[in-house]
Amino acid sequence: MRAAIEVSKELDVALLTKVYPSRSHSGAAQGGIAAALGNSESDSWEEHMYDTVKGGDFLNDQDAVEEYVKSAPRIIYELEHMGCVFSRTPEGKIAQRSFGGHSKPRACFSADRTGHAILHALHEQLMKQSKTIKIYNEWYMHSLITEGNRCNGVVVSDIRTGAVEVMHAKAVIFCTGGYGRVFKITTNAFASTADGVMAAFDAGVPMEDPEFVQFHPSGLYRQGILFSEAARGEGGYLLNGKGERFMEKYAPSRMELAPRDIVARAEQSEIDEGRGVNGEDYIHLDLRHLGEARIMERLPQIRQLGIDFISVDCVKDPLPIQPTAHYSMGGIPTNKFGQVIVDGEGTKMEGFFAAGECACVSVHGANRLGTNSLLDATVFGERSGKSALEYAKTVDFAKVNEGREKTKVLKLFEDIFQRDGTESYNQIRDEMKVEMMKNCGVFRDDEKLKVCIDNIKKLQSRFKNGKVTDKGKLFNTEIYEIIELGNMLRVAEIIAVAALARNESRGGHYRTDFPKRDDVDFLKHTLVHGSEEGLELKYKPVVITKHQPAERTY
Amino acid sequence: MATFKIKRYNPEKQAEPYFEDFDLDIPDGATLLDCINLIKWTQDGSLTYRMSCRSAICGSCAVKANGHAVLACQKQAVSLVKDGAVQIEPLGNMKPIKDLVVDFAPFWDKINKVKPYLQTEDTPPQKERTQSPEEFRLIDDTSTCIMCGACYSDCNVLEVDDNFLGPAALAKAQRFVGDSRDSKTLERVTELSEPGGIWDCTHCGECVERCPKPAEPFYRIKEIMTVALEQGVHNNNGARHALSFTKSIKHSGRLNENMIPVESMGYFNFKGLIELIPIGLRMLLKRKIPPIIHKSIDDVQDVKRIFKELDQ
Repeated sequence: MRAAIEVSKELDVALLTKVYPSRSHSGAAQGGIAAALGNSESDSWEEHMYDTVKGGDFLNDQDAVEEYVKSAPRIIYELEHMGCVFSRTPEGKIAQRSFGGHSKPRACFSADRTGHAILHALHEQLMKQSKTIKIYNEWYMHSLITEGNRCNGVVVSDIRTGAVEVMHAKAVIFCTGGYGRVFKITTNAFASTADGVMAAFDAGVPMEDPEFVQFHPSGLYRQGILFSEAARGEGGYLLNGKGERFMEKYAPSRMELAPRDIVARAEQSEIDEGRGVNGEDYIHLDLRHLGEARIMERLPQIRQLGIDFISVDCVKDPLPIQPTAHYSMGGIPTNKFGQVIVDGEGTKMEGFFAAGECACVSVHGANRLGTNSLLDATVFGERSGKSALEYAKTVDFAKVNEGREKTKVLKLFEDIFQRDGTESYNQIRDEMKVEMMKNCGVFRDDEKLKVCIDNIKKLQSRFKNGKVTDKGKLFNTEIYEIIELGNMLRVAEIIAVAALARNESRGGHYRTDFPKRDDVDFLKHTLVHGSEEGLELKYKPVVITKHQPAERTY
Repeated sequence: MATFKIKRYNPEKQAEPYFEDFDLDIPDGATLLDCINLIKWTQDGSLTYRMSCRSAICGSCAVKANGHAVLACQKQAVSLVKDGAVQIEPLGNMKPIKDLVVDFAPFWDKINKVKPYLQTEDTPPQKERTQSPEEFRLIDDTSTCIMCGACYSDCNVLEVDDNFLGPAALAKAQRFVGDSRDSKTLERVTELSEPGGIWDCTHCGECVERCPKPAEPFYRIKEIMTVALEQGVHNNNGARHALSFTKSIKHSGRLNENMIPVESMGYFNFKGLIELIPIGLRMLLKRKIPPIIHKSIDDVQDVKRIFKELDQ
């Protein structure tokens, strides 16, 4: 939406979503959006940059990080001017709280629903700009239309009618989110299914750093639903089954506010070593000492989620939590202007841009800090919008062979409708999620990953032997779920293959057989390409400007 | 084991909706959405509904359970089972498309009508506009709205009057009426006082009951009413009705039912007053006319004292 607003300043935009704009998963972001405003303590973009690079275990491209953190304050002020609702300091400034991995209180927030506040503020702007921004609600994007290294549009279908259409475009921007749904325990929405990254992949764009998946430390036990890091930012404790604040052992100086990868691994270690609560695979998030008043002011949604989903009132009892797949650091490779690139040399896919979680700039490196994702979505939303606008003004619509493009998608539908197999798609989806959680999760090793790849491949072939119940065209959600599952099975393999090749531990990727970071061999970005023979791995160097890799302790 | 009685509708196959029963063992801690998903994934793949975040923030999965709108992902399924069954239907006041999916177009059209964006006249400052924590609190509740349509579904006014903006759009309007940064307060409350706006709400409170968030539209509508009256937007039936009501109670401790309709129409609204005559005559024939001489209640002094304290 931020990108659309930018483009609409001069050109017409079609905004296509498989849900509604206000239902996008950015709305689930709770704790905040980072910017060195210095509203409660002095702060600077330099500190924000260092925290981000250190948090990302030095895999971030530092030229991009610098511009990103420098734009942060302006982006926040713009959101505020648009009408975004923020919690305030007594002087009326935007309030800021502490967050994991940030050395200063830098998270601007709207109680514990910051993503929701930003999402709705942007949606309000779309409604204001309805003359130049046309919204296509409940349309699904199937594939990119490309000719050589130029993108000319997308093939889409209307979920409501099943009609397949070609959308010509001078420029296409993907803001299609992450793919946490490949894991059993995840904070992600059902809609976070890799549609965008796989459409790009099919058009010859590699996938960058897919092995880096962030596990959030506080997912509701069994459900994975997010309990914001803000709960720890406000002073919440993590306790193991013995009632110990175990973070003392893992990150003595930052304790509960160490970066997410470190906290999630600490939790998993406690659980694996039998110190979960009641010996089960969860630990406790204890907020009781904050008191009801502060919880109601700063964390009201968290309290309600606990009551609704697990009948625990965090004012009275600790919340049961476990690590949950949360964020994809990897994605469609772009440069710092949101322009998609197709190789290690920076070759552009003309007319194709990406921003947000689906993209990999890479500003987050191997691990994203909390509150940096809303910032990513807005900063690079704006940047990709600007780039797309400038590009679109210089080109004409290209010729598109509509028939050929449509046929590809119609064939996909036809193929799924025709299948008369015995496999249950639901069963395949469940097995994939368990497999990824077990063998490609918080702790990985060579053996587990090989098993994982093998099993995912088996699931891919079983997938071809399913059967659809709903053969109608009208609002057929079943067929879209199957298409999404197809995408997820492919991205699952890409994640595992990249993870198997990275023989080191860095940020969100932890190999028990290679527990150390290896800057000699692996201070580089992975690029997974598709080819006739299967997946092909290439690498590209990390851009290092100000901060040489150093040991990462908290 | 519980029976989910789900209203099915697929105009591609059959013109009329019907109920279908699905039996399911409700897993421990499962929400209604979890159960509907299980039914789709293990019993009938064609069952159609919307859902996405399953954590009560995207607003996709509102449906009617046992006749009332709920957010499916927010309700523990067990809590909805009565006599071994729970009845699931699509949201009300919107046209069904297929099974539990309804057409949200009118809902969004009405949101659009309230100019749902901040309007300011000044050029923004270099940094943020300031807003005190107290001012933030005035828009805190309304900004929790997730546009799920639960209030719209169960609104009793919308059931009989399509023209009513409805609880969600009015709550969204309060988001800006109450925002200290917005400069169009008077224009907003003037427009919202027109037919179809705040005064068409019947104060039934159904939307407060149905709202899955603290947005609770009726309270927001009342807040707009207060601002409208404070801003002197009195030239409409709704405001005149509220003022006449207050005046009568303050004066005598009871409603002067003869005067309320007249004062609500306005003394110089001849067309409106003439329209009242047939109603008056019918009431007379049915002997429903209140006493011509309006008496005060015995303890009217107490009422006056309450008003005096409220004024202070």
